[in-house]
Amino acid sequence: MIPPAFDYHAPHTVAEAIALLSSLGDEAKLLAGGHSLLPMMKLRFAQPGALIDINRIPELRGISEQGGIIRIGAMTSENELIASPLLQAKLPLLVEAALLIADPQVRNRGTIGGDIAHGDPGNDHPAISMALDATFVLQGPKGERQVKATEFFHGTYMTALAEDEILTAILIAPFASGTGYAYQKLKRKTGDWATAGAAVVLRMAGGVVSHASIGLTNVASTALRASEAEAALIGKALTETSIDAAVHAVRAICDPAEDLRGDVEYKTAMAGEMTRRAIRAAAARCA
Amino acid sequence: MSKKIVSMQLNGKTVEEAVEPRTLLIHFLREKMNLTGAHIGCETSHCGACTVDIDGQSVKSCTHLTVQCEGSDVKTVEGLANAGVLHAVQEGFYKEHGLQCGFCTPGMLMRAYRFLQDNPNPTEQEVRVGMSGNLCRCTGYQNIVKAVLHAAATLQQQAVAA
Repeated sequence: MIPPAFDYHAPHTVAEAIALLSSLGDEAKLLAGGHSLLPMMKLRFAQPGALIDINRIPELRGISEQGGIIRIGAMTSENELIASPLLQAKLPLLVEAALLIADPQVRNRGTIGGDIAHGDPGNDHPAISMALDATFVLQGPKGERQVKATEFFHGTYMTALAEDEILTAILIAPFASGTGYAYQKLKRKTGDWATAGAAVVLRMAGGVVSHASIGLTNVASTALRASEAEAALIGKALTETSIDAAVHAVRAICDPAEDLRGDVEYKTAMAGEMTRRAIRAAAARCA
Repeated sequence: MSKKIVSMQLNGKTVEEAVEPRTLLIHFLREKMNLTGAHIGCETSHCGACTVDIDGQSVKSCTHLTVQCEGSDVKTVEGLANAGVLHAVQEGFYKEHGLQCGFCTPGMLMRAYRFLQDNPNPTEQEVRVGMSGNLCRCTGYQNIVKAVLHAAATLQQQAVAA
């Protein structure tokens, strides 16, 4: 399978890339890791007239901590997330989750920004970003703006990103000490998308849940933040009753598409089960 | 859609060619360079039969554009053996019979080559995770894992001897 013909541009700065996006208009697509876009082009689901390859823009890569916030360049690969001592120490949920994405080769190419900007509810970083309360930095011809993960995803393949904007970075506060976390992903095989997935971040204080955030993968047209499920946990001791209530609230917001991974009922049930397991795993890690 | 000139190191030699931007690396290697070791399996970056090494990383060449290799150092299975002497990874697959039909083998070899540089002393479980991006439709995984462990032992002996 060979993709349809296109023009190829490889800018070296974000400014050059934005200028290209502005001049080429909706003809152009950004090429990040390419492991969603190139297969879609082979299958003619996407036929851009031009690709703007942003792999040669150094300012889009790297992980740093500035002013108590961790900044992850959008073109940071999954394997770079896994290998990052900073993330291992301060945002280990991202490391745990990246290890469940695709396979070793694909993780060399696939990027956190591409995974987010693609807008596919089957991708893992959208739900994880929601659970981490991440903020996305978008840069366009008029400058920079910031959008919360919970407000970024509008529908399958539809996001807050304007045609002439680039997602440049992901901003996340490091975990407070004692934070528990887990990403539970049901998948048929290595490299598969989630049948259902749940990301949970949990903090306990005085025997009750003081913070809970829950993001869900691949059970609706976008990733979901399960606010009602969080509310079912906060202020209560973690018991089978409170976890059941959270699971019930998760199931209530699921609206998955039936496919070979399962029907609506099965996926909804699995979203609940992944949530239950993630809550328990996160609780076990709370200090 | 004009062609682009691409220059890269390929198995230690400089090559420079004009290619269409849409030319996937696997097609460039097989059809322009006559390096037919890397195989086209699934074409959707799942099976790993097309795995090559680019700048010290395993990459599925069916999902990588040739133009993206400008200035890169690319190694294919043809670049593994040295003057007719099999690389330790190839030797391992030979000794442990790490293949059945052989279709996945070039990708397995190239992934094992890089995996063992990243992790020279792996456990069996680490081999299974490290090789998880490569599928064997004959399902001959037991011997593939043994072959990679054999190669790991050989490479460590070579490192001690050197």
